[in-house]
Amino acid sequence: MPLAPAITDLDQLKERPALARLLAWNPDAVEAAKLDRDELTIVVKRPAIREACAILRDDGKLQFNFLCDITCVDWYPNEPRFEVVYHLLSVPRQQRLRLKVRLAGDDPSLESITSVWPSANFFEREIYDLFGVRFSGHPNLRRIMMPEDWEGHPLRKDYPVEGYR
Amino acid sequence: MPQMFTPSPTLEATGPSTMTLNMGPQHPSTHGVLRLLLEIDGETVVRLMPDIGFLHTGIEKTCEAKFYQQAVPLTDRIDYLCPLTNNLCYVLAVERLLGLEIPPRAQWLRVMLNELTRINSHLVWLGTHALDIGAMSVFLYCFREREDTLRIFEMVSGQRMMTSYFRIGGLALEPPLGMFDTVRKFVNRFPSRVDEYENLLTANPIWLRRTKGVAYLAPEDAIALGATGPTLRASGVDIDLRRDMPYTGYEKFQFKVPISHDGDVFARYIVRVEELRESNEIVRQTLEGVPEGPIKADAPKIVLPDREKMKTQMEALIYHFKIVTEGFPVPAGEVYQAVESPRGEMGYYVVSDGSPKPYRVHVRAPSFANLQALETMCKGRLIADVVAAIGSIDIVLGEVDR
Repeated sequence: MPLAPAITDLDQLKERPALARLLAWNPDAVEAAKLDRDELTIVVKRPAIREACAILRDDGKLQFNFLCDITCVDWYPNEPRFEVVYHLLSVPRQQRLRLKVRLAGDDPSLESITSVWPSANFFEREIYDLFGVRFSGHPNLRRIMMPEDWEGHPLRKDYPVEGYR
Repeated sequence: MPQMFTPSPTLEATGPSTMTLNMGPQHPSTHGVLRLLLEIDGETVVRLMPDIGFLHTGIEKTCEAKFYQQAVPLTDRIDYLCPLTNNLCYVLAVERLLGLEIPPRAQWLRVMLNELTRINSHLVWLGTHALDIGAMSVFLYCFREREDTLRIFEMVSGQRMMTSYFRIGGLALEPPLGMFDTVRKFVNRFPSRVDEYENLLTANPIWLRRTKGVAYLAPEDAIALGATGPTLRASGVDIDLRRDMPYTGYEKFQFKVPISHDGDVFARYIVRVEELRESNEIVRQTLEGVPEGPIKADAPKIVLPDREKMKTQMEALIYHFKIVTEGFPVPAGEVYQAVESPRGEMGYYVVSDGSPKPYRVHVRAPSFANLQALETMCKGRLIADVVAAIGSIDIVLGEVDR
């Protein structure tokens, strides 16, 4: 089963319902899109993430009502350094969607989506703890895995695997 | 003077009649090292805050420093009650990154062992959950059958718990002679054993008093708080990834997805006990007509050659040497693979940059998300119900902390 090449052209993908809905709402909010290995990824601009999530959740046809996961990828030393990755699931339609927000290394912060899905609480705390990405509007943004006086953010690529000695 | 103790989260009492109570991390009913900070008014829970991270071992970070095939044993350690489900989820993600086709025999064996793992995990849950609530004998009954499933895992992989039996591209070894007979004996015996557990609990008035109507979770709350698996299905949301988004050949098997609309501890108990029976039926179906053929994909650059070939053929020896010393490159890309683990939706997000080591492995642990529902379940209930609620969401702290 050879891999099909990824489609990254917005024009080819704009028929996809989730992308079409976001483009209809605000074409400037969508930075890029990609269809790779049957998974659709939409890169959303940083200020739009909370509203984009709310729209995808509340849309009567899309019904992405479940937040599976939030995580982060560190592309150090490349810029934009961080990618915050959201995995959404539509329970009635059994469809998945991936949203991404790219963040610069010198200002890793974005809006929390805990007001859209309360389940984002722990996931965002974990990203704050392990990557040092700040979420504004989070009710309790504290370390969750590491001790509170820990220095550094272990999952960053410039943090050595053995820790600092 | 250097500070001796790590400042940990604290909870302040907010009302005139409330006080705070620390529960755990060394508490037998927290199933590991979960610490709960409770604010209580008399015996009623006003606020509840989980404090986790005691078992954080940095598995996601360690994976980034290993070759793709070397990360498989790490996935066992994430959730020690369902190691094979973790193996499965990880190898499926990497196989999708590679675009690898898995032979049918390997898929059938994967389904069979994955369902036995679910039985194993649910048995440990049932035993310890009943023990928490005070039904001691159920524990002994459950561990009798759990021992049988562990023996089956030992037969196929040589290990009872940390099996690492699923490998990228197939299975580690051909299952030994007599393995299917052992599984068949287990499958024929098991339904009557589930009857035994139900005899002890389902109509037991003490059990009913402790579980009925306790720790209620509404379906909309369950979805908003990210609960999955039996916790979600017991609240009446009908989703099971094995049926709705099938993977590794689950579409070939018929099974029911038990759901309940009560949303309490008893509903979660009933859903899981029914799942024990359904899993047993899936194992029975897999035993009928396991396809013959190879157990590894035909991809010499990715799958280790058989021992025999490695010692007699030069190409096999070269491939073996290269895979072990250099790994194999994986085409750049990213995959989110989700499977239905005994606790809910387990997802592996694997990012590749084209090198032989994963750039990022993230585990969406079902227990981690389910734990967030605990406060909603316990608010306004008695402290004793907190113990029942923790048991009913079936957390494994290895998975929560990773």
